[in-house]
Amino acid sequence: MVKDLSVELCGIRLQNPVIPASGTFGFGLELEESFDLNCLGGISLKGSTREARYGNSLPRIADCDGGMLNSVGLQNPGIDALVNEKIPALRKIFNQAVIANISGFSIEEYEDCCAKADACEGIDILEVNISCPNVRHGGMAFGTDPKAAAEVTKAAREASRKPLFIKLSPNVTDIVEIARAVEDAGADGLTLVNTFLGMRIDIARRKPVLANTMGGFSGKAIFPIALRMVYQVAHACKIPIMGCGGVSRAEDVIEMMMAGATAVQVGAQNIRNPFACPEIINELPEVMDRLGIQSLKEIIGSV
Amino acid sequence: MIKSLYTISGNSLVADDTFRLELQAGETGREISGEFVHLSIPDFYLRRPFSICDAGDGKLTIFYKVVGEGTKVLSKMCVGEKIDVLAKLGRGFSADECKESALLVGGGLGAAPLHFLAKELKAEGKRIHAVLGFNKASEVVLEEEFRALCDSLTFTSLDGSLGIKGFVTDALKASLPQYDYFYTCGPMIMMKAVCDFLEGPGEASLEERMGCGAGFCYGCSIQTAKGVRRVCTDGPVFKKEDILW
Repeated sequence: MVKDLSVELCGIRLQNPVIPASGTFGFGLELEESFDLNCLGGISLKGSTREARYGNSLPRIADCDGGMLNSVGLQNPGIDALVNEKIPALRKIFNQAVIANISGFSIEEYEDCCAKADACEGIDILEVNISCPNVRHGGMAFGTDPKAAAEVTKAAREASRKPLFIKLSPNVTDIVEIARAVEDAGADGLTLVNTFLGMRIDIARRKPVLANTMGGFSGKAIFPIALRMVYQVAHACKIPIMGCGGVSRAEDVIEMMMAGATAVQVGAQNIRNPFACPEIINELPEVMDRLGIQSLKEIIGSV
Repeated sequence: MIKSLYTISGNSLVADDTFRLELQAGETGREISGEFVHLSIPDFYLRRPFSICDAGDGKLTIFYKVVGEGTKVLSKMCVGEKIDVLAKLGRGFSADECKESALLVGGGLGAAPLHFLAKELKAEGKRIHAVLGFNKASEVVLEEEFRALCDSLTFTSLDGSLGIKGFVTDALKASLPQYDYFYTCGPMIMMKAVCDFLEGPGEASLEERMGCGAGFCYGCSIQTAKGVRRVCTDGPVFKKEDILW
């Protein structure tokens, strides 16, 4: 029997719940020749800021057991290049959900970027990142305090009518408190979670591996923690969740959805295997069959 | 970019801590010198990039030095074992930039991708002069292969155990072959010295710690004279004048 992989996210139908996470799939265009992107449920694009950014010094990547550290630091061509160049180019080849990921260093910057993304026809969903661990004076600072998180959400809400997701940081004591503040401030959904602040040292050189000393840890090893946070927030909030963190195979997608996610983002696994998303999508029907699942919609938050 | 399972058909110690890895491709494209492959080593999260020393008929040859945990595990892999490979990555050397006579300057295992380039240049009927530097004679690789391809070949070693004692730039200063285009691959500090010293057009193959290796994670972005470029996709080979050392 044909399995139903589709889900609905804030009134937008996704053909399947699998979405490459922001920062792990560029602007989609980079992978255009590798596989047909239209098999995806959507794409969360690389984070955009008001001005173009080079990001942090190299090395920006470190290998770890069960995951990786990155300190890319929001390299991007700026919001104007996103809406004027990247989105039109992507729209020529991609007809599934496009999620624009927005970062900023001030409330005003978030507001400006959200307004520009809102005016861009090719964008379906805004995902406001208040959780980047790799930039000073911004990013995660907004995501670790409920008041600041609510303030950014309010500004983004006023600047845009598109479905508004807020991407939260796991680097907090109580993620439910932040999630509630963001929901109350008018967010339509939540992306849970961004990377965990981490560090490696090169013991021969007695220096941090990353030029930026610390970076965001992601990959298979964070899956149980991300899953727990999705579960906690799903029980406390009414708005839909895109679950993100260590998802590496079809079974992980099912598990995230059972914990309460409506859609699932795949991050670091793309860095290991650029074909991770299409492979996971292909595996889903078989895994559903094995578990007696007819439609993915029926398992959302079923645990 | 192609992802496929290759079979190890050779993996043996050929010089100090240096292995020659031969892979039989499952699926293959036509490799160009200077391109690289991204290998998934068992039990490591991220892939490791390696330059290609030779390719053809579905076979790939790679040289690597055991420098860390990843290459240590790779060195213990056996003939017949499968390895997950991303191939057709990077922008390689531009052999056609050389009109008649090429100068190849390698340091250590930088000689490996230059060997593949030398084969291409030879097939195009161009003259090849190579200067290869190593720390010592026991680290030398590909000597016979280069001898068969080159019109002139000079070795340097830091300890004087082979060829001219000193750096590759010492050999170039002592006797500079005639060339219209140069290519260099090796440690960054050596390539910088080579690019500073050599006149005329040329290119260098850079190395950076990479994430995806395919241009979408932006983990290996560098500043160049032409703006920000990804080493994995816009390089690893860059024109001399574009590199900001």
